[in-house]
Amino acid sequence: MSNAVAHAEAHGHAVPHDALQHHFETMQQQKEASTLGMWVFLLTEVLFFGGLFFAYLLYRVWYFDAFAEASRTLDISLGAFNTAVLIGSSLTMALAVRSAQTNQRSATVRWLISTIVLGCVFLGVKVIEYADKFEHHHVPGPNFVSESVWAAQEQIFFSLYFTMTGLHALHMIVGVGVMSVVTWMAAKGRFDEHYYTPVEMTGLYWHFVDLVWIYLFPLLYLVERHN
Amino acid sequence: MLDTPKLPERHYLNNGHGLKSWLLTKDHKRIAIMYLISISAMFLLGGLFAGAVRLELMTPEGDLFLADTYNKMFTMHGVVMVFFFLIPSTPAVLGNFLIPPMIGAKDLAFPRINLLSLYIFWLGAAFFFYALFAGGVDTGWTFYTPFSSFSSNTNVIPTALGAFISGFSSILTGLNFIVTIHRMRAPGLTWFRLPLFVWAHYATSLIQVLGTPVVAITIIMVFVERAFGFGIFDPTRGGDPVLFQHLFWFYSHPAVYIMILPAMGVISEIVSTFSRKTIFGYSFVAFSSLAIAVFGFIVWAHHMFVAGISTYSALVFSFLSFSVAIPSAVKTFNWAATLYKGAISFETPMLYAYGFFGLFLIGGLTGLFLATLGTDIHLHDTYFVVSHFHYIMVGGAIMGYLGGLHFWWPKLVGRMYSEFLSRVSAILVFVGFNLTFFPQFILGYMGMPRRYHAYPDEFQVLNILSSAGAGVLGIGYLLPVIYFLWSLKRGEVAGPNPWGASGLEWQIPSPPPTENFKVQPVVHGEPYEYTPHVAREANLV
Repeated sequence: MSNAVAHAEAHGHAVPHDALQHHFETMQQQKEASTLGMWVFLLTEVLFFGGLFFAYLLYRVWYFDAFAEASRTLDISLGAFNTAVLIGSSLTMALAVRSAQTNQRSATVRWLISTIVLGCVFLGVKVIEYADKFEHHHVPGPNFVSESVWAAQEQIFFSLYFTMTGLHALHMIVGVGVMSVVTWMAAKGRFDEHYYTPVEMTGLYWHFVDLVWIYLFPLLYLVERHN
Repeated sequence: MLDTPKLPERHYLNNGHGLKSWLLTKDHKRIAIMYLISISAMFLLGGLFAGAVRLELMTPEGDLFLADTYNKMFTMHGVVMVFFFLIPSTPAVLGNFLIPPMIGAKDLAFPRINLLSLYIFWLGAAFFFYALFAGGVDTGWTFYTPFSSFSSNTNVIPTALGAFISGFSSILTGLNFIVTIHRMRAPGLTWFRLPLFVWAHYATSLIQVLGTPVVAITIIMVFVERAFGFGIFDPTRGGDPVLFQHLFWFYSHPAVYIMILPAMGVISEIVSTFSRKTIFGYSFVAFSSLAIAVFGFIVWAHHMFVAGISTYSALVFSFLSFSVAIPSAVKTFNWAATLYKGAISFETPMLYAYGFFGLFLIGGLTGLFLATLGTDIHLHDTYFVVSHFHYIMVGGAIMGYLGGLHFWWPKLVGRMYSEFLSRVSAILVFVGFNLTFFPQFILGYMGMPRRYHAYPDEFQVLNILSSAGAGVLGIGYLLPVIYFLWSLKRGEVAGPNPWGASGLEWQIPSPPPTENFKVQPVVHGEPYEYTPHVAREANLV
């Protein structure tokens, strides 16, 4: 199929690609539109998380001691492990995009599945961490327990911790869902070197979610660890 | 127009029949029509709440509603009008319908996302209706904490989630417009040949995309506080309610420009068409839209001058707020210069444009009173503020929207409405609006605070004038419903270009075919060329 397209283009009368939607003139235009759309979407995501980062910044400056104390209750090794898992998943995602570009169907599927598995590992570890917080009554609200003089302000830290990591986890769940669909499409042979936009866009999204965590990890786990 | 125009045989309205062909459509024109119906219904609902408020305020005693019920009335008026009418109004209806034909495209870049945005809007509205039938909400449309997070015992969560969800419909519309304007323009249609309506929507989309996510996350923070007992804005745990106000107004001030910028785009088109002149200072008008979008993001704290922010930051925000007047004045002066020595005619859209000038001018100038630190302390939270933002958001944004609806109605449905009745309605709206809101400036100056259902006796005369004006305004808004519906079957057939306007959208049949253009148009000329032969030669279809 893809050879037919290349052949037709070489002779100057293009046979439209199956994936070309009616309102676009060329595959190039369609791809540029999707790419720009995805970047604009990621921009909205930056501002979405931005509100939380701003609140974090303000309260960390105001209540540094409370933030340091609360941060020390987080399990640094689980956090570091998850960071490694997510960076690894970004690598497998990049390899999936590369395989799609070079028209290697089974490699694309394999790398996508690896990314999904790594994403699920991350979410599993997050469940363990959350359960631990519930056990120790570190969830803000009426059941919150802390001996610290900063007990009240520690609740702000944990409110931000749960909201930020919770929204991040939600983004990962959405990502895993989208990737499952894309994997299915890849397995069905919907992509070739002329059309692999969904793989690439999912990749952009996944890297963004990864990047958010790269900021969340030091901000939440490493506030003040040296004593 | 030598012979009587006929409706085209095939057009977007008769391409497919039945509910399913509408609900599953990807045609931007049909989606625009569904938005039109949806937001008109919401406008009616919001208007009923406003009517209830004005009815209560006819007498000094709080005799019609209990204080709590009154709080719900003005809250739901605000929520419906802001989130479910004004924000989507011009972009989702006129922008959606017109941007593709104006730039020579067959559709928006993402037709499915366009339909999705409509469904998201409906889902948000469903949440609001749930809150309404469960007993309403009383926080004011601004959801200020800690009242919204701890004190209020009304349906804050479903209402706030309704606003949150409908925000995503706004984000997706903006995203779609940005990509469409970047990637779908016809050959030859350079940025500086774009209609100013498109420029205005581009600037609006930037605000939608950059601002809305921030209010979304703010609503999430209120949600987790109210639903799970988290504490981000809770003063008893060291949280800061003023942080909520900063985050809220970081979106909600620019949101005013989401409402007014598209209306300004409409006015540019109307003024040029009905004075038969190219727009004066095209690039200034185009860039002033972007300037308003940029300045709009750095003035938010003028809503908080009395909320305990520091004097120095108040000073800076006061200065920056004044600077918004510059691009706004650039537009107004350029429209006036466009009219100068033009061959002006007074069809209904032009009457609305004139109404816009008068009301936007008053609304804009009274904004300067409020940006001034000293006077704001006197006027804050009085009817002066209420009147000021209604002059902008109703006098400006809705006049522009209605002007645009009258201007492009023949394009939407292919038929004309009654010129006489529509002129009457334009005049009623203008007179009724001023009668409703001008007395409120005086009331506010005299010290009547907003959001109370009772007031001292000496304010009654002005309040009765205001309520009477609301009645006139209501008739002015209902008339178009009647003659627009009448025009659907009985209106005179309009033909492709009833106003002799110059834009690309007027070169295609009315109503347009589903694909807009039979052949890809190529643009050679500049916009707004009002020499008669140019329009005829450019006939592309």
